[in-house]
Amino acid sequence: MDGTAAPLPLIGIRNVAKSYRRGGQIVPVLTDITFEVRAGDFLGLMGPSGSGKSTLLNLIAGIDKPDAGQILFDGIDITRLSETELADWRAGTIGFVFQFYNLIPVLTAFENVELPLTLTRLTRRERREHVEAALALVGLSDRVTHYPSELSGGQQQRVAIARAIIADPRLIVADEPTGDLDRHSAEEVLTLMDRLNTDLGKTIVMVTHDRRAADQAHAIMYLDKGELSTAADVHERSLR
Amino acid sequence: MQFLKLVLRNALRHRLRTALTLLGLVVAILSFGLLQTVVDAWYAGAAGAAPTRLVTRNAVSLVFPLPLSYRDQIRAVDGVRAVSHATWFAGIYQDPKNFFPQFAIEPRTYFAMYPEYLITPQEFTAFLRDRKGVVIGRKLADTYHLTVGDALPLRGTIYPGTWEFTVRAIYDGIDAKTDTSQMFFHWEYFNETMKTRSRSRADQVGVYLVDVTDIDRVAEVSRAIDAVFKNSLAETLTETERAFQIGFVKQTEALVIAIRIVSYVVIVIILAVMANTMAMTARERLSEYATLKVLGFSPVYIAALIVGESVAIAAIGAAIGIAATFPVSDWFAAKVGTLFPVFKVSGETVALQILCAIGVGIIAAAVPGRRAATVKIVEGLRAIG
Repeated sequence: MDGTAAPLPLIGIRNVAKSYRRGGQIVPVLTDITFEVRAGDFLGLMGPSGSGKSTLLNLIAGIDKPDAGQILFDGIDITRLSETELADWRAGTIGFVFQFYNLIPVLTAFENVELPLTLTRLTRRERREHVEAALALVGLSDRVTHYPSELSGGQQQRVAIARAIIADPRLIVADEPTGDLDRHSAEEVLTLMDRLNTDLGKTIVMVTHDRRAADQAHAIMYLDKGELSTAADVHERSLR
Repeated sequence: MQFLKLVLRNALRHRLRTALTLLGLVVAILSFGLLQTVVDAWYAGAAGAAPTRLVTRNAVSLVFPLPLSYRDQIRAVDGVRAVSHATWFAGIYQDPKNFFPQFAIEPRTYFAMYPEYLITPQEFTAFLRDRKGVVIGRKLADTYHLTVGDALPLRGTIYPGTWEFTVRAIYDGIDAKTDTSQMFFHWEYFNETMKTRSRSRADQVGVYLVDVTDIDRVAEVSRAIDAVFKNSLAETLTETERAFQIGFVKQTEALVIAIRIVSYVVIVIILAVMANTMAMTARERLSEYATLKVLGFSPVYIAALIVGESVAIAAIGAAIGIAATFPVSDWFAAKVGTLFPVFKVSGETVALQILCAIGVGIIAAAVPGRRAATVKIVEGLRAIG
C-alpha cells in the first residue's frame, strides 16, 4: 500500500457476453469479456471482421445490451438503464463517430453539429457559439452552410467529429472512423482524434482495421472469435 | 424549430414523390368535397325547411290532389296561423332536360309563409296584376338567361297543352341555402284553365302548406288536421316540411348512400397510397433515425418526425384540395343547372375534408412511425438507405 488510491476506471466491462440469433441458430459474438478503460485513455480495438469489435463498441456506447455481464460507466451499470434513461445518458456522455459519418443529409454542417445541443437547455446564441467553436476546432469554419453532399468524405467525417464532441461528452467511441477515407483524409482525422485525447482529455475507444490508425491509440486490444486475446496497458504505453 | 426544419426538409427531400403524393391528396380531398356537396345538395330542401311549417297531402299518395274545400277546414284547426297551397306542375321549358320545379300557388298567402324568398314590392305588384305572370328564382333566371318581361312558355305533362307565361318577378334567397331555382305562377289562372280543359281536375290543389302558431304544437296540430279528414274520400297525411322533403330524398336514398360510400372509399385509397409513401420514406431513413437515437433523441421524437412529415404533406394537399373545391363546385353547379337547387360547399364539408386529411396523415404514418421508433439502434444503423 503506497497510500495513493488507484483512480477508478471510467469504464468497467465485467464478464460481458453477447450472441445473435441467425437462422434459428444462436451465434456467440462476445464471450466473457472483462477489461477496464480509465479516464483519458485512447484505446484501439482491433480484430478480424466478425470478431465482435463493433458489437463491443455498441455495448460500451449504450446502443445495445449484453446478454450477460455488467458495463459500468463511472460506477453506474448502464445495462440496467431503461431505453429513455439510456437515451439521456448517451446524449450527455457519449460522442459517436461512425465509419460512414451518418450525417443528416437535409441539414447543413452547422445544423448537423447543432443537433445534440437541441436536446440541452442552451439558448440559440449559446448553441451557435458552441457550434462555431467545434467547427473551428475541426477546421471547417468556412463550411458551415454546406450540406453533407457538398463536402468531401474527410470533411464529412470532421463534421461528424465536431458533432460527437459538441455536447462535451466524457467518452468518444469511433467505429472505423477512417474506414471510408483516403490516406490523407484518414491522417487528418487521426490527428484530430489524437488532439481530442491529448488536448481536451477525451477518453476514446476506437474500433479499426487499420494498423496505422491503431498506432494512434495508447493501448490496443485484440478481439478474435469473441474473445479478448491481448490487452495493452495505457500506463505502460505512457511510461514508454 | 429544429423539429419543424427537419420535418419540412424531409417532406421536400424526394420532390417528385412528394409532388405525386400531393397530387393524389388534392384529387382525393377535392373529390371527397364535391361528393359530400352533392349529398348536401340532396338534403338542401330539408335543410331549408322551417320548423313551424307543415305539409298536408293526400294520405294515399302525393300524386292524388286534395279538394280546395279543405283550405277553410284546415284554417279552422286550433293552432293554425295560416294556410296556403301549392300544386306541382311539371311543365317542359323548351327541352325535357331543362328541369326546374314549377308550382301553381296562391301568391299572397304563399309568399307570406315563405319570407326567405325576397321579391321587390314593385315586381310583386306586377306579378299580382298579371294572371299569366310568374315569379322565378335568381338561379333559374341566370341558368336560362331570363329577365323580367321575358316570355316563358311551358308544355304541360300532367296538365296537357301549352301554357303561356311571362316573367314578372325574380326572387332572391335570404341566404345561400334558399332554393332559387323554382317558378311560381297563379293557381287562379291554372284553375280557370283546367275548368275549360278538364273540368273534373279543377278546384283541386297538390298540397296544403300550414303555418303553426307555436313550434311546440306542431305534432298536435298535425294530428288535429288529419283527424278532421278521417274517413273522408281524401284522407290527409300531415307532416313537417322537413319530414316531407326528406321523404323525397328517401326515394333515392340508395344513390345518396352510394355517393357517400364512394366519397369515403376515395379517402381510403389515398390513405393506402400515403401509407405506402411513408413506409418507403421511413425504411429509407432507418439509419438516420438510428443515428438520431444514438445522439440521444427519444423514440417518441423519431415517431413524431415521421408523423409530422406525413401530416405536413397531408395538410398541404388538403389546403390545395379545399381551395380547389370552391371553384370546381361552382363550375359543377353551373354545368348541372337547376338539377341541384342549392349547390354550395358547406362549412361541415370543409371541416370533414380537414379531418380526413389529418386522419390520413396520422394513420399513414402510424406503422412506419412505430417501426422507426421501436427498431433497435444497431439494426437501424445496419439498414441501407
